[in-house]
Amino acid sequence: MSRIADRFAALRQQGRKALIPYITAGDPGPAVTVPLMHAMVKAGADILELGVPFSDPMAEGPVIQRAMERALEHHVSLSDVMQMVATFRQQDNETPVLLMGYLNPVEVMGYAKFATMAAESGVDGVLLVDIPPEEAEDLLAVLKAQQLDMVFLVSPTTDDQRIQRIAAAGSGFIYYVSLKGVTGAGHLDTAEVEDRVSRIKRFSDLPVAVGFGIKDAESAARVAKTADAVVVGSALVKKVEEKNGAADKLETAISALLQEIRHGIDAV
Amino acid sequence: MAKQKGNSEERYNLPDERGHFGQYGGIFVAETLMGPIQELNAAYSACMQDQAFLDELDEQLRQYVGRPSPLYFAERWSRKLGGAKIYLKREDLNHTGAHKVNNTVGQALLAKHMGKTRIIAETGAGQHGVASATVAARLGLECVVYMGEEDIQRQAINVFRMKLLGAKVVPVTSGSKTLKDALNEAMRDWVTNIDNTFYIIGTVAGPHPYPAMVRDFQAIIGREARQQIQSQEGRLPDALVACVGGGSNAIGLFYPFIDDKSVTMYGVEAAGEGIATGHHAAPLCAGKPGVLHGNRTYLMEDQDGQIIPTHSISAGLDYPGVGPEHAWLKDSGRAQYVSVTDEEALQAFHDLTRIEGIIPALESSHALAYATKLAPTMDKEQIIIVNLSGRGDKDIHTVANIEGISL
Repeated sequence: MSRIADRFAALRQQGRKALIPYITAGDPGPAVTVPLMHAMVKAGADILELGVPFSDPMAEGPVIQRAMERALEHHVSLSDVMQMVATFRQQDNETPVLLMGYLNPVEVMGYAKFATMAAESGVDGVLLVDIPPEEAEDLLAVLKAQQLDMVFLVSPTTDDQRIQRIAAAGSGFIYYVSLKGVTGAGHLDTAEVEDRVSRIKRFSDLPVAVGFGIKDAESAARVAKTADAVVVGSALVKKVEEKNGAADKLETAISALLQEIRHGIDAV
Repeated sequence: MAKQKGNSEERYNLPDERGHFGQYGGIFVAETLMGPIQELNAAYSACMQDQAFLDELDEQLRQYVGRPSPLYFAERWSRKLGGAKIYLKREDLNHTGAHKVNNTVGQALLAKHMGKTRIIAETGAGQHGVASATVAARLGLECVVYMGEEDIQRQAINVFRMKLLGAKVVPVTSGSKTLKDALNEAMRDWVTNIDNTFYIIGTVAGPHPYPAMVRDFQAIIGREARQQIQSQEGRLPDALVACVGGGSNAIGLFYPFIDDKSVTMYGVEAAGEGIATGHHAAPLCAGKPGVLHGNRTYLMEDQDGQIIPTHSISAGLDYPGVGPEHAWLKDSGRAQYVSVTDEEALQAFHDLTRIEGIIPALESSHALAYATKLAPTMDKEQIIIVNLSGRGDKDIHTVANIEGISL
């Protein structure tokens, strides 16, 4: 079993829901990321989602776009991000790490080289926004060979037939995008999320994480009622932006928000 | 679309049902767009089988766009170059001044059939934005055009035209502030407003079915040219020349000739300040395959897979990718891809203006510049068709600026 599956199994036994924070690797600078990863684990994160900077992040709202631009000013590359995970692993061999990004850096590196490097660095899975299962056959094969999970998105526009296809192709968990739009958008319709999550669960035994539009303890708690995991991204990245440059303040601010969200989820 | 050719050779019939041209093309988008893309694909396939739709499209192309566009023999210019006879496919004479309107008329009609009330588009030079705003005005649809901040500076006249037509022009300030970023922003709008919004992509890029759909709407260029040259010269041309940014005017001209193996096809990319300087927009000549904007194709990218800034004197060619069908035509050897510099394009701009009395768009001037190199190597009986994809009125300020003239 992968670290991701182990973690979900353990949480299920404890009757707890997973908290998955997202930050963009190398934002606002490369030195910040690994200490911040440790701080997030301490503040209650169960799985870490680490964004790989890309020049054309089509599914991101302005907050994460700017984060990627800041990271790219330091030329943070896919191999740099995997190196950060390797460094993180020197002190933490338990917490699963998921890379989130876009296909092109992986294409350019080559699927096989990517999978080998990712496994060697201690990466557990990968979520690439712009590759649906229909195009992912080759990539899935090499990831599977390295026992890496590939997480796919399900959206409000995904019909039952596609949910089944996605459930069959993916592993680790299913990431339900709670709204039509880009990351960091506002409105969260809890009733629809509930309906959608139960629909996904009809077709799959994989845990379901919900992301997009969750920014505080209250919204996290609402989602945690039905989902197995809550993903928080733009709200954290916004904190990074606000504390630009000041590493200690950054860790404090991120930890405070995560702890608050953790309480919200655990109170459910 | 059916082609009128009856031989036993295997006919070109790409893309496959998943939008692949060999290893290129496909559908590489976020999950939220998969449903809308399937819906679009179904509506598009149905409309292209529907005679009433095709008749309506044909009627609009004649009455509104002004088709067929002439195939003009540039006699004086040909004589000066001293080689092949050069014919110009006069897409510059279309309503709105470029080939872009062939596609926007088609897609807007499709949008109407799908019951969409809002149109979005990206634009570089502004021609596609103007063509989209134009059809939106005519159909009474809301229209939002995304345009890079830098391009807004370069193409002030087209920006004002779009506003006159009732479109909202949204400046894009992310990334390199040019066409690629406008496309990103349009995609973000689409994913947010998919219920009522139709995204009119202006070139043969994007996820399937866009590359095939835009090609099919632009193929009217090549179908007419093929017929015209046969009636004017009694035979097929020896060469076709068209500029390639995303590649819609080129594929529109090339596609109906793909099975005519005697016809050589040249796609002309923007070499900017020269390929060796790195300041260019020539992914087919100097890029590598990758995935961007929904498809796999040749891209301008660095060793980390980041898309790199492009440069061209013409905003319409200033794009780091290219339609996946061109990637396939390059690899298969069916088409040749070459490049010309800003300076060469500018020279051709002046030449055509002075010799034929036609002011070409800077985009089309790249095709003209290559024709000036090609024609003298061919003999006088041979024929080149150059796609004069747009007129140069929009570029007057750019040219004046470069030459230190203030208007």
